Amino acid sequence: MVMNKKKTPTYVKGRMHATAVIIPGILMLFGIMIFSVGYGVADIDSKTIWNSIVSFDKNNLSHQIMHELRFPRVLGGAMIGAGFAVCGAIMQAITRNPLADSGILGINAGAGIMIAVCFVFMPSLSFTGIAFMSFLGAGMGMAMVIGISLLTRTNSLQIILIGSAITTFLTALSEGLIIRSGIGQDLAFWYAGGLAGARWNQVIIVSICFVLAMAMSVILSPSITALSMGEDIAASLGINTKTVKLLCFLTVTLLAGASVAMVGNIGFIGIVIPHITRKLVGTDYRALIPCSATLGALLVVLADLGARSINPPHEIPAAAIIAAIGVPFFLLLARKKG
Amino acid sequence: MQEKKYVFPAEVKAKKRAAVVILSLILLFLVVFFWGVHTGTIHLPLKRVLPALLNRGTGKERFLVFQLRMPRIIISVLVGAGLAVSGCILQSVTRNPMADPGILGINAGAGLVVLVYIAGFAKDSPSPAGMSILSWVGSIGAALTIYLLARNRNKGLSSTRLLLTGIALNFGIQAITTIITLSLNPQEYQTYAYWMAGSLWGVTWPYVVTLLPIVTVSFMIVSMQASTLDVLPLGDSMAASLGVSVRKRQGIAILFSVILAGSCVAAGGNIGFAGLLSTHISRRLVGAVHKRLLPVTALIGGLLVLIADTIGRSMFLPSEMPTGIVVSVIGAPYFLYLLLRTAKREGS
Repeated sequence: MVMNKKKTPTYVKGRMHATAVIIPGILMLFGIMIFSVGYGVADIDSKTIWNSIVSFDKNNLSHQIMHELRFPRVLGGAMIGAGFAVCGAIMQAITRNPLADSGILGINAGAGIMIAVCFVFMPSLSFTGIAFMSFLGAGMGMAMVIGISLLTRTNSLQIILIGSAITTFLTALSEGLIIRSGIGQDLAFWYAGGLAGARWNQVIIVSICFVLAMAMSVILSPSITALSMGEDIAASLGINTKTVKLLCFLTVTLLAGASVAMVGNIGFIGIVIPHITRKLVGTDYRALIPCSATLGALLVVLADLGARSINPPHEIPAAAIIAAIGVPFFLLLARKKG
Repeated sequence: MQEKKYVFPAEVKAKKRAAVVILSLILLFLVVFFWGVHTGTIHLPLKRVLPALLNRGTGKERFLVFQLRMPRIIISVLVGAGLAVSGCILQSVTRNPMADPGILGINAGAGLVVLVYIAGFAKDSPSPAGMSILSWVGSIGAALTIYLLARNRNKGLSSTRLLLTGIALNFGIQAITTIITLSLNPQEYQTYAYWMAGSLWGVTWPYVVTLLPIVTVSFMIVSMQASTLDVLPLGDSMAASLGVSVRKRQGIAILFSVILAGSCVAAGGNIGFAGLLSTHISRRLVGAVHKRLLPVTALIGGLLVLIADTIGRSMFLPSEMPTGIVVSVIGAPYFLYLLLRTAKREGS
């Protein structure tokens, strides 16, 4: 990116074509998703899976497990992984900072404080209620960051600073609230729960946001590529940078807000996946965005499968599995080519 | 730059400005210091502060001032200054405004080791000294691991890779931390959460005696690199063409910022935000030239943590609010205000 001007990664030798990543990626993703639906504490064979889709039987316990627990979980996992990855890619392009992810827009911090407030003041709230409130919080955090940066007509660099100031502020407030009321561990359990609580009503909301945001990011991707080279270049290419940026921020909020509300913050995906993808297919966002989405979905579905199957019937926090898969891979890649 | 000594008018202006800033910071320091001695769980009337400081108070007052309040005040200033300077160096070296000591895994490493200690060895009464020593080991260990992983024998250290490796390892450590956290009982968890939020409770003179030389010596060494730090943000190749042996200087700067931040986190818990905030605040006050930036950053950091600690221990009686939280709550709005003001000035 900006940091190493010496080489333009688009022309790095040995770069793969985007389709060489996407097609096997999607095939693998579907394979693992189907396997993941069948695999779990209650083992279900492939015939039953097929039957439960084609001819759903309300009284069949296996069918019920599939419909109520497994499908939303696997589907949700795939969308969240794709979502975080795409958000990270977009944010890194706009801010031209390899450390940026959706958290910079105050999304995670806003969601975090709302969840803390829910735990302290509305302990009887349902899982879906909490998810809804945290989506609201994500929007609120984003509104604060974007509002202030619009107010001051700042550039992308200062958005990072405003974002980290507001993130810091909101995080501190929720930390204070958590320490005062002693709910830290309850919250830790909630966050560690990850995808286990995914149900249809959430997954439907997430998928609406997901489809909308994905469509938007694909439409915006040529402009994002231009923006990633700097605002002046983008402007000289005839792009209305302000509008594009605003649309990008909306996309990110929609996508990351819904994801954070469902599983909490797995921000690492947003940094690790775009970087790996950039090494594979280069920095053209028309290729980068779909490839990141595929790989992100793959990572989370795999991690969720691992979380469920390593120590059944207990679950390991999905973040731990993502770390176990992602960190060594990422370090290796960074060493090899960086 | 020409050989003859021509002083730019802008330089004179910047010097004046820095002098004004430093003077007002020192004045503020004195005020906050008095307030810090005066306030707290045990009340010390304002007019008794000066006599007590001059060693003319009663035995009880002397104990209060010299054994309880003074070490804590000094430590909070040192911790703030150390973290701030460390953050400033890291931002210059990595050329990234988002870098802070936390990115080198310092906080996460310290947190993990302290957590293992609380969970495994000291279930009932974790000793503060033990926690400090272990967190020092943890933070330096994590930072060294990241440094070694990011280093390439042929090409030296790329700042992007340093940051990315830091993020990856941070995430890994945090994942392990999460798993251990879930197995703690509520009492242990509270101890850990309190430590992580950055608390200066229970600080005594030995802490001061240990931390003071580390911070002063590191600060002096780093200050000698000030001119190098000025050119590093221009880029490695530019700095090299100006005759700076980039790799060596970078290494020294990173090494000392690690030592500084690790020691400060060990003494004061996790107050990482101080590093990020103070650097940006002081850059907005005196500009980016390091011979002015470094001392002002140190002062701002020290002042920020001192104010935060004083508020944290006096306004939430009978208990305390961890310093790290107060730092963010008062520092972030001030930083936003500065951002808004500079943006407006540039806009008009």
